[in-house]
Amino acid sequence: MTAAGGHFTALQRLLHWLMAAAILAMLFIGVGFASTITPKYVPLVTIHKSLGVAILALALIRLVVRLRFGAPPLPADLPAPMRLGALLSHYALYALMIGMPLLGWGMLSAARYPVVLYGGLRLPAILPQNAMLHSLLWEAHFYLAFAFYALILLHIAAALFHALIRRDGVFESMASIGGSGETVAAE
Amino acid sequence: MSERTEPSTRRVGSLALITLTLAAAAGAFAYTAGWLSPGRITPTKLVDALAPPTGPAPGHRRNHAKGICFTGVFDSTGKGADLSRAQVFAQGQYPALGRFNLGTADPNAPDATERVRGMGLQIATPDGQVWRTAMINPPFFPVSTPEAFYELLLAGQSKDPNAMKTFAAGHAEFGAFVAWATTAPWTPSYAEDRFNGLNTFVAVASTGAEHAVRWSLLPQAQITPIAPPDLAKLGPDHLEQEIAERVGTAPQRWSMVLTVAGPGDQTADPSKAWPDGRRTVEAGTLVVQRIEAEADGPCRDINFDPTVLPDGLRVSDDPFPAARSAAYARSYDLRTAEASHYPAHPATAPGGRP
Repeated sequence: MTAAGGHFTALQRLLHWLMAAAILAMLFIGVGFASTITPKYVPLVTIHKSLGVAILALALIRLVVRLRFGAPPLPADLPAPMRLGALLSHYALYALMIGMPLLGWGMLSAARYPVVLYGGLRLPAILPQNAMLHSLLWEAHFYLAFAFYALILLHIAAALFHALIRRDGVFESMASIGGSGETVAAE
Repeated sequence: MSERTEPSTRRVGSLALITLTLAAAAGAFAYTAGWLSPGRITPTKLVDALAPPTGPAPGHRRNHAKGICFTGVFDSTGKGADLSRAQVFAQGQYPALGRFNLGTADPNAPDATERVRGMGLQIATPDGQVWRTAMINPPFFPVSTPEAFYELLLAGQSKDPNAMKTFAAGHAEFGAFVAWATTAPWTPSYAEDRFNGLNTFVAVASTGAEHAVRWSLLPQAQITPIAPPDLAKLGPDHLEQEIAERVGTAPQRWSMVLTVAGPGDQTADPSKAWPDGRRTVEAGTLVVQRIEAEADGPCRDINFDPTVLPDGLRVSDDPFPAARSAAYARSYDLRTAEASHYPAHPATAPGGRP
């Protein structure tokens, strides 16, 4: 079972859509709690931390799965700039999926906040207490969140461009629900 | 569907759909972030409203900015264990860390000009749980809701000479605070102050039973009231000098008392004190053993966020801990980014203020 045909494997598609929902929720929860002083703040922060750890775990699994199964080839007629854009944006998405939770975890550690997840599960600090380090990580976490969302919008635009305008099978390689055996003709 | 026969129509429709999708997604994000809601009270607005007209003191807490660190132990009686399964209420001694402070945004405010005093406290237990609380000396909070607190800050800064009167007229609870502020005795020492948590939390017992509780730290030192002019004569930083000397001579103690809500008691409104005669539990004694300057002290980079609670304590329907947590985090993020403005060792650190 590999992604060499027209589709990502079923496991890859499952991970993609599960994480799509989780990451979108994560980004909305993040900007949501950061802009409120209402009682929602406390549960939103707890969900944000818990979901972040879940995303980190899923992203690491996904990276291994991707390295193992690869990705279907892009259409041969895809212009070189789009090919490059696809490559770079996917590197960036993987970097952010893994990096953002680590930045958040590191930032809490450097501030010596206890990292308590949903259900009272506690995680150890991964960095020593340091105000400067906290500040650096906090800023990275904050600004990269907006970059992450912008990248996701670009990703969605590209997916829809493939689905609606180029109709080249790239969208279906991740969006189809069936098994991984079938292939979709490009063009 | 024929993409080859009517490409331009399909292309325009598709591009419109893509554009709409992105616009909707961006709009939803902007709305969630509060960018489309100028009336929303954000942590940023709340913290900005704490700043004096001359602006905040960079590198310092945005409120309760003047303070001094302490370390010691919490000597738990074990009597709180009926109410909460947190290890801190099991009999034993647990390391404590905290900060005495004045309720002001000015780290150099003279002691006698500040009515409200506070204590930030952290108690850690061997099971890895951490409890943080930030208490103040008034017996109740000035206002009922975080929104009213924000209005109070705005009224305090307003150029309208009647702003405070207007505020007080709209918030009956504020009168009680003004009465306390003008009539309650002052003390010449942090060691003689009572510090009240004011907010209501839910204590969860090992049986799963839940009780709404508040807590206070009652000084064991004898209280010797002093008039503010006499306090002023002792010097602008008397409280910090005095507590350092007093603790240097002997450890100072406060009794931690948990008060359990009775039926019908307000849990969501810290401006309403609970009636006398409620069940109280003496959970233990805070023993302050060592005082250290804040600049390089152990409390400096601790955020005494009142939602940092051990298993066995959780937030209640009181809206303040959430609002405070949001604002304290904002203050922490600001001040840690400005750490160079508040050097740990003034003689050697670069970028320090004169």
